[in-house]
Amino acid sequence: MDNLPLLVPLVILAPSLGAIINFFVGAKLGEKWSGYIGCFASIFAFIISLLLLVFVTGTDGSAAVVNPPLVDGWLRIESIGLEIPWQLRVDSLSVTMMLVVTGVGSLIHLYARGYMHGDKLYPRFFAYLNMFLAFMLTLVTANNFLMLFVGWEGVGLCSFLLIGFWWDKKMPEGWKNSNAARKAFIVNRIGDFGLLMAMFLIFWTFGTLDFYKAGELPNTEAKYLVGWREHNGLLDHNGDEATGAGGDKQADDGHGGSYVCVPAEPAAHDAADSGYEAKSDHGANPLASDIRAIYCDNHHFDTEYLGVFGQTQERFGTGENVDFGGFQMAFDDVIFLIALFMLLGVAGKSAQIPLFVWLPDAMAGPTPVSALIHAATMVTAGVYMMVRANVLLWELNHGGYVIGLVITLVGSGTALMAGYIALGQWDIKRVLAYSTISQLGFMVAAVGIGAYVAAMFHLVTHAVFKALLFLGSGSVIHGVEHGHHHAHEHDDDGSHDDQEFDAQDMRNMGGLRKRMPITYITYLLGTLALAGIFPLAGFWSKDEILADAWYEGFQLNALSGFIAFGILLVAAAFTAFYMWRQIVLVFFDEARSEGARQAPESNGAMLLPLVVLAIFTCIIGLINVPKATPIFSSIYESYEFKYFLEHSLLSVSRGHSLDFNLLIAGIALALGIASILVAHNVYKGKGLTPEGGDQLERHASSRAAFRLANARLYWDEVYGKVIEQPFNRLSSFLADRIDWEFLHDYFHDSIIKRGFDSIARLLGQPFDLGIIDGAVNGVAWLVQRLANWMRGMQTGYVRLYAVVIFIGVVAVILLMLLPFIQTMLQSGS
Amino acid sequence: MMHSIGTEPYIMLSLVLFLMGAMGVLMRRNAILVFMSVELMLNSANLALVAFAQQWQQVNGHVFVFFVMTVAAAEVAVGLALIVNIFRERQSINIDDLQQMHG
Repeated sequence: MDNLPLLVPLVILAPSLGAIINFFVGAKLGEKWSGYIGCFASIFAFIISLLLLVFVTGTDGSAAVVNPPLVDGWLRIESIGLEIPWQLRVDSLSVTMMLVVTGVGSLIHLYARGYMHGDKLYPRFFAYLNMFLAFMLTLVTANNFLMLFVGWEGVGLCSFLLIGFWWDKKMPEGWKNSNAARKAFIVNRIGDFGLLMAMFLIFWTFGTLDFYKAGELPNTEAKYLVGWREHNGLLDHNGDEATGAGGDKQADDGHGGSYVCVPAEPAAHDAADSGYEAKSDHGANPLASDIRAIYCDNHHFDTEYLGVFGQTQERFGTGENVDFGGFQMAFDDVIFLIALFMLLGVAGKSAQIPLFVWLPDAMAGPTPVSALIHAATMVTAGVYMMVRANVLLWELNHGGYVIGLVITLVGSGTALMAGYIALGQWDIKRVLAYSTISQLGFMVAAVGIGAYVAAMFHLVTHAVFKALLFLGSGSVIHGVEHGHHHAHEHDDDGSHDDQEFDAQDMRNMGGLRKRMPITYITYLLGTLALAGIFPLAGFWSKDEILADAWYEGFQLNALSGFIAFGILLVAAAFTAFYMWRQIVLVFFDEARSEGARQAPESNGAMLLPLVVLAIFTCIIGLINVPKATPIFSSIYESYEFKYFLEHSLLSVSRGHSLDFNLLIAGIALALGIASILVAHNVYKGKGLTPEGGDQLERHASSRAAFRLANARLYWDEVYGKVIEQPFNRLSSFLADRIDWEFLHDYFHDSIIKRGFDSIARLLGQPFDLGIIDGAVNGVAWLVQRLANWMRGMQTGYVRLYAVVIFIGVVAVILLMLLPFIQTMLQSGS
Repeated sequence: MMHSIGTEPYIMLSLVLFLMGAMGVLMRRNAILVFMSVELMLNSANLALVAFAQQWQQVNGHVFVFFVMTVAAAEVAVGLALIVNIFRERQSINIDDLQQMHG
């Protein structure tokens, strides 16, 4: 049981292997086996996640940090003290995310086998999906910001690859797809800049990027820990914590029972490095004994050896400064800056104002991709990161900073804006895309008001029912497309409108209720869940966010609470309206095209995930039923998810626990039902207007509102005018004026080329030809003259040579005899 | 007694022989005669060597002479072969005709 966390590397490894196999030999394996491998990798990861869930629940909400072999000492730059281990974190929060990612991911893999059937790049699609899972799981299991960033960028890459998966379609379509992919990638880079800046600041401020060090407790104030300390006499009678050596001693004394309080982590050397003294009694199982920790708090850590969040708790509000080499900044302000930069990153990845514009276009990807990446998992990464950083946000909110208000404004503004735009969309997936943005806004707003559990809860339920809706829309599109092809198979003159038929346009649908009954029922369940109808998943999670907002606003008088409550209530009404509009336009009334009239129900591979997700949509809300809920509380444990998450989230223990609020739930439910009824009245039985427009366009009063929503509030146009056009103008200025005219024509041609020419001419004419060549030729000429002269001496007459030798010999002899001759001459005189 | 003659006459004879040889080498055009003149010069040198050997009562001179005679014999073999071949080539052994190596 204690060894279970050691399985966590497999969660990443399995999809990685699946991706590698599918990428390199997928084409040889064929569609069937490539699909099997993809699904198997995903399901395997899901099973491991389930085992990790067993571990986390079974050992009283333990958190474990695992250093996988081989990649242990991942990144180390000693000169700046950077040491980042590749550590995987298993705690209730990461396990929650793992379950969502692998659970929804597995169903979507299964679905994709049917949906992508016949695609020529089928194995590559599964390779990308598996690669996405691997990166997403890296993101959620990371124990430091850098690993999180690796996953963050990795899922961004996979998102790019999968949005543009059909880049090679016929021209306007292919362009649209690849442009959408690029747009997503570029907009996300802006967010990544924010995350990077936040990471730099974190490293500079804390000297580490780890969330929590090995052996450190994320939440020392969790109820079960406080209870355990009481039980072991670690709290005195006033309820204050007994700290210091005495407390430690008592803890030693108290230890020895069978109660495993806190798992440290399996790598003992790390613990020793970080000043953590594991005074474990070594039992038979070394791992189990290492996992045991004696203390139920973090007092045995020195502050600088704590992770980012532990240090924040210790250092926030102490008035210390952070030195930025030249200027100082208050620690609290730095944290505020970090949170703001982080929010920019979240706005990019989780599609919030102002960076949400990529997500609607991302629907160009295949529908399973939209369901997995752009609804259920990747886009929630931002929310996950903020929940993970709840300590920072909690401290800031309670230190008088307005970060909560900023986040709430961004989130609820996004929720309202996207909900409104969704009212006016014709594309079935685009409605869901804006709905996703809106729901992400709900989550971000929940983080803003400090309701981290509600945010996570909504994340989980939304992942389930939005995946269901996307897969349902995929089924509808698939059906309409096949119906269209079927209808025109026997139709000789039907080829001309093949170009124009849009299988995603709801104007071409209608009446599918009878043609696709299972899709219809599951879609209806998803819609009701999203609209927040009792007792489906969305009811519980949305209600919890609203209740928390109400409590913050009306009980604690926080501005962010008022804003969130008011705006989210309106956004929730929009949600119910646009979803019911979609239901009516797609499934009710008469079919409005031949494709819809002949649409077949999808195959089993696609329907099975729909049914499973529909079942979970009905029951997943029960994981976090509020206290004192009528009927439910008596038969079911309340706030189970909350207490599950408490092990990881400090803010849960410090926050409040709300009872079920009948008033809020009633208002939200009534509003949802009223919206549905209004939408039903507006659309049911009426179809489109005679001009092919929306029913809202009938009346002058609502026409402008609809057209504004249909034009998506001109966000893209405004960005085009404000950013794109000036950018293009700047780049064309740089290209034409600076680069071409100045650099090429003037600088290159006039200065460099002409200067080079004149230097070359100078070097060539007088210097090279004159001096160098002159010297060489002169030497040659000299040698020639000399040789000519000397050649004359070689007459070839042997006797002449003999004479010369003879004369030479005589001369030599005379020279040798010179001394004798001299002495003879001297003696003679 | 031979001792009474002394070294000088031999050297004088050697000088005369050498000068005759040298004149021959320088003046004759017939390759055979030039060759014979060279032999004459070698033998004059031999005579001088022997004479000095006898004067100093040293054997070195005799040894030199033997060497010179050996080398001269070898030279004759090569030189005559050359001359014969030159003659076959051009039906003449006039060394003034053999000047095609001029510059």
